[in-house]
Amino acid sequence: MTSKKFILGIFDDEDVLLNAIEKTRAAGTKIYDVFSPYPIHGIDDVLGIQRSRLPIVAFFCGLCGTSFALWMQIYMLGFDWPMIIGGKPHISIPAFIPVTFELTVLFASFGMVITFFIISGLRPTMKVPVMDVRSTDDKFVMAIEYKEGTNMQQLNDLLRSNGAIEVNEKEVVK
Amino acid sequence: MQHVSPIREPLVTGGKTYADITEDVCRQVEAKPNVRWMMALGVSLVFLGIFIYSVYRTLWFGIGEWGLNKTVGWAWDITNFVWWVGIGHAGTLISAILLLFRQKWRTSINRAAEAMTIFAVICAAMFPVLHMGRPWLAYWVLPLPNTFGSLWVNFNSPLLWDVFAISTYFSVSLVFWYIGLIPDFATIRDRAKGPIARRAYALLSMNWRGSAKHWSRYETVSLILAGLATPLVLSVHTIVSMDFATSVIPGWHTTIFPPYFVAGAIFSGFAMVLTLMIITRKVFKLEHYITLEHVESMNKVITLTGSIVGVAYITEFFIAWYSGVEYEQYAFINRATGPYWWAYWSMMTCNVITPQLFWFRSIRRSLTATFIISIFVNIGMWFERFVIIVTSLHRDFLPSSWVMFSPTSIDIGVYVGTMGLFFTLFLLFAKFFPVVNMAEVKAILKSSSGVNHSHDPHASMHATAPNNSHKHD
Repeated sequence: MTSKKFILGIFDDEDVLLNAIEKTRAAGTKIYDVFSPYPIHGIDDVLGIQRSRLPIVAFFCGLCGTSFALWMQIYMLGFDWPMIIGGKPHISIPAFIPVTFELTVLFASFGMVITFFIISGLRPTMKVPVMDVRSTDDKFVMAIEYKEGTNMQQLNDLLRSNGAIEVNEKEVVK
Repeated sequence: MQHVSPIREPLVTGGKTYADITEDVCRQVEAKPNVRWMMALGVSLVFLGIFIYSVYRTLWFGIGEWGLNKTVGWAWDITNFVWWVGIGHAGTLISAILLLFRQKWRTSINRAAEAMTIFAVICAAMFPVLHMGRPWLAYWVLPLPNTFGSLWVNFNSPLLWDVFAISTYFSVSLVFWYIGLIPDFATIRDRAKGPIARRAYALLSMNWRGSAKHWSRYETVSLILAGLATPLVLSVHTIVSMDFATSVIPGWHTTIFPPYFVAGAIFSGFAMVLTLMIITRKVFKLEHYITLEHVESMNKVITLTGSIVGVAYITEFFIAWYSGVEYEQYAFINRATGPYWWAYWSMMTCNVITPQLFWFRSIRRSLTATFIISIFVNIGMWFERFVIIVTSLHRDFLPSSWVMFSPTSIDIGVYVGTMGLFFTLFLLFAKFFPVVNMAEVKAILKSSSGVNHSHDPHASMHATAPNNSHKHD
């Protein structure tokens, strides 16, 4: 059982929060994470979040779907059990396009979503370590990890002077 | 700096705060079911009972329970299938295409519309599966090596394309819907008082905490899913239309079918969204989130797609004459003046004339008129599918086999029964899931709500723009 201590700055406006993130980072404090009830536009830049590479995952999963669908249809109707259907050639690519398209979309979506769940650590659990339950309602929470030698007073002043309406401490047991 | 447009109406009225949104949406989920909901569920369950009985008759005694005959081999079942699939399309359209177009008005209605999509596709899937006659062998449509050797499914057949299209559409829509629900499940979880509710929503919310990094990825995922779902919607109904268009039956063998079916699907889907949303906003008191602006926007889409459908009907007629093919010409004259003239003219009245009423602003913004017209559109679209299928089939190339189709009570029972299935699912959704996407409405609140947040001392700097209290009517 390890436990971590966090300092939580609670905000009630997204623009104030964005400003506070910039000021806090400029003051040299490392922000652990920010929790909000909805996606805030522009937070990626101020927090320094890298652009997600999920589109690339989706592209390659889609490519797998395309190849799989084409291979499946060509192998099954062209080689394994060739049948003449409506006088069409065994391997009639135009007729294979619909199924190929559907499987491309299917593979791309599921591949991307599953990757998203895995890399974000999202899975069904009973106990959820929420820092502050109001962060899924109407408050914005900036979490800063408490380490030895953190000057509490200084941090408190920094957060409050940048518009935090509350500054709390929270211990999370892992 | 907040931008308040002098022309655009606010999308969220009533001066709501973030907390108000949570409260208004979660109230339905947390409160005990009210009497109106119980009554509605009771009625739906009766219809669900009719469905179960009719399906039991169909399975136990076979497809002979239906009114199908040698000439009309596809009648109510495929009519209902195409109708239900079409209804489903508006949900994906609202959530995917309008997301790509950055239309903010989608946020209040997309959740319910997507739910409608999923339930409509479930209802739709019932028909081809029952039509197989032996649904327990339904897995034969999948490319599995079977016991007779490696005989595979026919990938040249549009009916098989349907299998792939509908199942992909269903699963991708379900994932899209679920991804959107996760943050709202987290909100309900954090508010839940009872241990059962907290556990249930904790499982459903997938450990969601609203971390900035997760939100960033979440938005990417939503955008790409929207980008994938958009061509998917178009492909699904295009493929459904190819079930007809790749055949040689006069009246079916038409190249206009794919775009015309897609427009028709959006048309009927938006009508169904309106039917449901007008009731939902009233029963759940969501008038501040689903405003007249939303109703008007949807009515504009109905006018556009309804006009496309009207043009398609006229084009079909023109091309039948212009082609010089006498069978084709006969099929169309028979539609309009033959024994099924009443179905054809019901379709024309409901689909071509009624949506044109929405050119009048007062009708477009009237809830009663919208509700009535939305029902008319749904009836008209059902008749469209009926006209295409039954009138084309009942007089084929051989006059000796010409025949009329009339549905049996089981035909009617299965159809009416799927409505019971649909409304039962929708009512359960409306009770246990958040009907409005809270996270997305919160995200547009600052830029699109009617009032400035005067309760918020920090927001004063955003309140320099004039308050949008300007009303048009």
